[in-house]
Amino acid sequence: MKPMQRLLQLPVSAVNLIKPLCQEETKSPVLTSEGGQQNWYNAVQPDELKLLKASPEPEHQGEEPTEPGQTQPIRHDDLKEMLDSNKDSLKLEAMKRIVAMIARGKNASELFPAVVKNVACKNIEVKKLVYVYLVRYAEEQQDLALLSISTFQRGLKDPNQLIRASALRVLSSIRVTIIVPIMMLAIKEAASDMSPYVRKTAAHAIPKLYSLDQDQKDQLIEVIEKLLADKTTLVAGSVVMAFEEVCPERIDLIHKNYRKLCNLLIDVEEWGQVVIINMLTRYARTQFLNPNQNESLLEENPEKAFYGSDEEESKQGEMDAAVLPKRKPYVMDPDHRLLLRNTKPLLQSRNAAVVMAVAQLYFHLAPKAEVGVIAKALVRLLRSHSEVQFVVLQNVASMSIKRRGMFEPHLKSFYIRSTDPTQIKVLKLEVLTNLASETNISTILREFQTYIKSQDKDFVAATIQAIGRCATNIDEVRDTCLNGLVQLLSNRDELVVAESVVVIKKLLQMQPSQHSDIIRHMAKLIDNIMVPMARASILWLIGEYCEHVPTIAPDVLRKMAKSFTNEEDIVKLQITNLAAKLYLTNSKQTKLLTQYVLNLAKYDQNYDIRDRARFIRQLIVPTEKSGVLSKYAKKLFLAQKPAPVLESSFKDRDHFQLGSLSHLLNSKAGGYQELPDWPESAPDPSVRNVEVSEWTKPIGREKRKEKVEKPFYSDSEGESEPTESADSQSPTASESESMSEIESESGSENDEESDEETKSDKERKKKAGKEKSKKQDESEDSGQSEGEEKTVKKHKEEEESSSSSSSSSEESSSESSSSESESEGDSELDTGKKSRKTLSTAKPPPRPLETKQKEISLLDLDDFSSPTTFQSSPSPNTLPKSLNLDLQGLTLTDTTLLSEVSSPLLGGVKTYELLHRITGEGLSVEYYFNRRPFSPDHTMVSVQMQFTNNSEMEFRNLRIAEPKLQSGMRLQGFKEIAILQPGEVTADTLGIDFCDSTQAANFQLCSQTRQFYMSIQPPVGELMMPVFMTENTFKKEQEQLLNPSAGKLMGMNEIKEKLTLPEKCRSDQAIVQKVLSTANLGRVPCGLDNEYRFAARTISGGALVLVTLVTKEGGAAQLTINCEKMVIGTMMVKDIMQALTQ
Amino acid sequence: MKTRDRSSLQESKRAAGERAWGGARWGKERGWGGGAKTVIWLGLGLTGEGRDRTGNMQMRIGTTAERRRVESGAGAASNVTGRDILRSCFRRCRRHIPEAALGRTESMSNKMIHSLFLINSTGDIFLEKHWKSVVSRSVCDYFFEAQEKAGEADNVPPVIPTPHHYLVSTYRDKIFFVAVIQSEVPPLFVIEFLHRVAETLQDYFGECSEASIKDNVVIVYELLEEMLDNGFPLATESNILKELIKPPTILRSVVNTITGSSNVGDQLPTGQLSNIPWRRAGVKYTNNEAYFDVTEEIDAIIDKSGSTVFAEIQGVIDACIKLTGMPDLTLSFMNPRLLDDVSFHPCVRFKRWESERVLSFIPPDGNFRLMSYHVSSQNLVAIPVYVKHNISFRENGSTGRFDVTVGPKQTMGKTLENVLMIIHMPKGVLNMTLTAAQGIYTFDPVTKVLNWDIGKITLPKLPTLKGLVNLQSGAPKPEENPTINIQFRIQQLAVSGLKVNRLDMYGERYKPFKGVKYVTKAGKFQVRT
Repeated sequence: MKPMQRLLQLPVSAVNLIKPLCQEETKSPVLTSEGGQQNWYNAVQPDELKLLKASPEPEHQGEEPTEPGQTQPIRHDDLKEMLDSNKDSLKLEAMKRIVAMIARGKNASELFPAVVKNVACKNIEVKKLVYVYLVRYAEEQQDLALLSISTFQRGLKDPNQLIRASALRVLSSIRVTIIVPIMMLAIKEAASDMSPYVRKTAAHAIPKLYSLDQDQKDQLIEVIEKLLADKTTLVAGSVVMAFEEVCPERIDLIHKNYRKLCNLLIDVEEWGQVVIINMLTRYARTQFLNPNQNESLLEENPEKAFYGSDEEESKQGEMDAAVLPKRKPYVMDPDHRLLLRNTKPLLQSRNAAVVMAVAQLYFHLAPKAEVGVIAKALVRLLRSHSEVQFVVLQNVASMSIKRRGMFEPHLKSFYIRSTDPTQIKVLKLEVLTNLASETNISTILREFQTYIKSQDKDFVAATIQAIGRCATNIDEVRDTCLNGLVQLLSNRDELVVAESVVVIKKLLQMQPSQHSDIIRHMAKLIDNIMVPMARASILWLIGEYCEHVPTIAPDVLRKMAKSFTNEEDIVKLQITNLAAKLYLTNSKQTKLLTQYVLNLAKYDQNYDIRDRARFIRQLIVPTEKSGVLSKYAKKLFLAQKPAPVLESSFKDRDHFQLGSLSHLLNSKAGGYQELPDWPESAPDPSVRNVEVSEWTKPIGREKRKEKVEKPFYSDSEGESEPTESADSQSPTASESESMSEIESESGSENDEESDEETKSDKERKKKAGKEKSKKQDESEDSGQSEGEEKTVKKHKEEEESSSSSSSSSEESSSESSSSESESEGDSELDTGKKSRKTLSTAKPPPRPLETKQKEISLLDLDDFSSPTTFQSSPSPNTLPKSLNLDLQGLTLTDTTLLSEVSSPLLGGVKTYELLHRITGEGLSVEYYFNRRPFSPDHTMVSVQMQFTNNSEMEFRNLRIAEPKLQSGMRLQGFKEIAILQPGEVTADTLGIDFCDSTQAANFQLCSQTRQFYMSIQPPVGELMMPVFMTENTFKKEQEQLLNPSAGKLMGMNEIKEKLTLPEKCRSDQAIVQKVLSTANLGRVPCGLDNEYRFAARTISGGALVLVTLVTKEGGAAQLTINCEKMVIGTMMVKDIMQALTQ
Repeated sequence: MKTRDRSSLQESKRAAGERAWGGARWGKERGWGGGAKTVIWLGLGLTGEGRDRTGNMQMRIGTTAERRRVESGAGAASNVTGRDILRSCFRRCRRHIPEAALGRTESMSNKMIHSLFLINSTGDIFLEKHWKSVVSRSVCDYFFEAQEKAGEADNVPPVIPTPHHYLVSTYRDKIFFVAVIQSEVPPLFVIEFLHRVAETLQDYFGECSEASIKDNVVIVYELLEEMLDNGFPLATESNILKELIKPPTILRSVVNTITGSSNVGDQLPTGQLSNIPWRRAGVKYTNNEAYFDVTEEIDAIIDKSGSTVFAEIQGVIDACIKLTGMPDLTLSFMNPRLLDDVSFHPCVRFKRWESERVLSFIPPDGNFRLMSYHVSSQNLVAIPVYVKHNISFRENGSTGRFDVTVGPKQTMGKTLENVLMIIHMPKGVLNMTLTAAQGIYTFDPVTKVLNWDIGKITLPKLPTLKGLVNLQSGAPKPEENPTINIQFRIQQLAVSGLKVNRLDMYGERYKPFKGVKYVTKAGKFQVRT
């Protein structure tokens, strides 16, 4: 056993080393190592041990256990046998052991022939392990490796996409130059494979082939170009990776795919995101203008000062920039904005690398005001593993120099804990120092004081330096810092004192005259401080400022002369310096001393010191020989020396792309792509335009996919659809608004091809406006000739459904300029037209209706009520209603009859005030129950809210918060309203599940500054949805409800009330209208003249509510309500009675 | 003739492959024959051995205990010189490596992870994996050098530049993961990936330790093969990996040995193809359950006087979801505005969060971290514990006094559990003689760490620990009082007040069993004294 253990103790590599050598060499003292290598013993697999034990080979017990030359082949024979056997389990066992050998770095290349035979093995695990082996050793056994190629070639043709992919993966991993053509062919084929997974594998294979044979570059670029155009998220990350490796300089390949990449980004897997973001950073640097180039202009606008870091504000800023192009010449390219907008959510990624990538993108590309958003995310990363902390802190340190304000709110997150590793502590200190300013310096210094007491002396030294830097940067605290440091001079720890001396020296150099007492104090210290650097510093100080301490300086020199021989070299040099300076200023007292010192130095062991002594003597002691120089000795020695500048080592590091390896090391790493400077003038943005036709080719699968993906990255606005925004430059609603305004100013232009304008931004705007108006035309055209417009289908859907009313304002503005059909007219005329239109959409000819129904079912109902719909509509009070009417007709397509019944009555919908404009400080909110099913949750009552800004300032971030609800009740808020301009009106829907009770729903409406408490109490009539039924079913249901067999008292479910109808309320029309306006009921056709029946179901409980009204002669009437919810019944009766009798 | 040709070709190929192994072989292959061999071996072989067997070398003179002895003890001179010789050998051989091992210039644009070495705390490379051509182990010497310089494992710089490579390392569970890269890669990319590897291993084997990796070396290798393709991450979602390679269980390993079946999934993974790559298809459970653990950690620095210098709450929501089919879950909070900064598992729909402050997601199968969040506004953070301390050292005396009391504060009626106090005493402290009113204390005179395991604090009795500190006589008294690190745990309380409102499931018809658990823990909780 013992010798065998010794065998096993030998490291693998040693075994390999020894193998070819002869015996005596093996016994060399170097290799026959001392015992105790328990680890190698552990490293051996138990099963191998077993095998060794079981093995009958005598060698194992033999005389030469350290001679593996014999044992290894035998073990390999064993493995070969197993590999040749028919049993999969044996093969597997053998392969497992071989892989274990590889993992431990043992050489298993001898087994190549035996292993490669199994490449076609049926057992999938054996196969995989063979692949592992093959990839590892193919390079060394090229010709044998070729045997396996045919298997992979067969695999490439397999009908299963996963097999095709894995075949390509292994094939491309075999680094054998001969198969380059085969690989090239396979990659090309796979690049146009049906399956996106195979295409992804092809993208992965590209760099592999490129590293094998760089002559293939041109062909590979073609493949990359092709794959870049791929629209699936699966491929995007991998192909950009390939792009970065093969042809990072071919930035032109990105143009056409830029928008697509931006839009896909959020759904790409994490690793791909990092690569894409880094690449896009570089791209954006070449294609867009510096957003900060005219900071001065931004600053002159006082509002900007408040903008801070919030995104909404920046959007606002952007809007401003678009609205006021004359005042500010810089307008951000919409593509630039697209990139910033689409990367921002990724700050929330769990992957630190992604967060860092986005952070550097913002740092390098975003306007100053927006960079702040990244601070929070970066600070979050500080909670991660220490390696992540290290890298993040390095980057924060670089950023904090340029943008101090960004991290200032997070100052405390950089406080140091005693358990942090030293390297982290030092970095945090660096950040804290960078963040120090007049306002926070006191807290920082207090914090530093605790650090100085730390046990970690390296850290203490760093802290002292940090204090020094703070003192130089902030004048106010210089004296405090200096005093603090002077106190440290009495510290017991020599290192601390020494470091303080060095820092004090630097500080004193700035204003020496005021601090002679400190110099005196330090002169005293020279007896105690032994650290050479500190002693040297003190001596230098005294020499430099000997005029301030005229009495002490010679005395110090006397002392030093005594101890000269025992000093360190740097101290000796400073002693000679001091002597020279004193001799020049005070030769009377020090002449002899100086000579003594110079004599000592002359015979010093160190030639530097000897040289210095000789030099000084020649300079200061006037002799006949020493010519002109001695005249200038004073100037030479006592010249004014500039104070040292203490600055961060991270200064200017940001010329490296942040987050990169090069930045971390502060030196250019191989393969680093320089971050280009912003261009002087923006290159032609039209290169990124993608032909519409190319995009709307209806490839069914792709389309569907996009639709599925939509919920992951879409927001409510139209900008979200990836195809859309890519092809139509999709400006956000607000942008388009302002743009169309500009358009109207500039007059109409119908020439599509006039792209060659020099002022790019203006051109862009025009284009956007044009596209907008074009769409407008389309949507108008579509009224007359449907189905003609296949392009921009989705947009059309949207526009059509909400068409006429939603874009009223746009029309009013763009009409004058673009639309040919509309005549010049005032807004009244316009609205008139509008209503006409509304009518025409409400009652369209039968065929279009069908198509419309189909489209509507695909649409998210939210789109109807998105804030853009109502933006700056001319008559806010009437329009939503008519719109609603319009919508009603469209949405309730499956119950046309019902809608017919109910829609004419909606004119009388009651609006309730939720917030008065006085209490709301200018914000008023009204709501009404729009009686539409609330999507997505149909058990909620849909409440249409309308926000009006009556004030002078804008409201931001309007949102619902902290609903206080009765148990069971739920509330689904609307999407946050980013901004409400003065005078603007916006509407949105709120869903509330009242649980069929009339309890109020309480919640808060928050704006950026205020919170308003609100409460919505529904009238009982709004808690239900109409049900359509025939008279027979009505009666049946009624009986059911009254059926005592249900175990309930029948009286409970029925409430009867007698009433007298007033004069004016006796007509059919009036009665129906009154009832329907009170409650959201559906009318049931009725045989008798004097009977009116209505039915509904409560929204959340689904309980039936049946209303019967029988009129009699002379205005008398009887109202019967059947409902299993007694409370609802009673309240309904009350409400309806009130409505009818008033 | 032909066969001979082939074999000789083979020979030289192997030689090429082994060039990386060391100077000795290399020298020999280069044709120094006969008598020269010995000399070369003595000269270069030493270096070769040094490089290849750094692990071994480290063990011989480099185990931590011994190293300490070398540093502190007298008479270690011979050892030191021995090490110096070895180190100078490194340096010498380093000049040779580039030509020998890196002679191939094909790798001019290798952007991603080249190789991975796993190194244990004794400096033993126990696993290596190469995704491209083989990089010699000797590259780790630079790492060892940096490690020696850093002293503690925490202080090893994450990125170490070497003449031809960059080493990116992470330290987890006493294992160094050292990745070799050759050119510009975002360092966080590599670091994050290495941590993902460690997490996957933990997920598979229950722990990420040297022993478990060695026991499952084949599975680890298969995993690494799947996780990276040509150095670029391929499949890092544990749900996909588990479909590819089944994690070992006792039952399965028994079955495997009997039937000879394997750990590799026989179906190819479909998850990679789907739109939701984090969830595997065809999940089935008899009991459908969804559990959420809301764990909040309080990070705080309390100063000498007991006032809070800094406090924030870091929370995570870990989920254990065992639901059949493709459920679409919506988790809503009572008070989502509380959350200051959040990060999500990729499955969470960010837009829904933005607009409605609900978490809407199709969950991965099994355990995963749904989100982590941050509550930073300091006045919201209740500090549930207070410490009364009186630690003083007598000037020029050899003793000091130590008196610490812990008590609950603002715990909202819950009890503090698993209270543990860790104090790093100053270097001058020789020993401590204390009496604990509750719990057990230990003091390690080597590392100077005082551990006081208190357990549960039950009022009205407050746990105290007091007694004498023995100082090195003659030495000046320690300047700084030690910092107290506290750990504790409060069950059924989320200190920020975060509450899960409800969990809705769409897309499936069954009723799942749902549960939420709240725990508050101490994070980096320090009391300065």
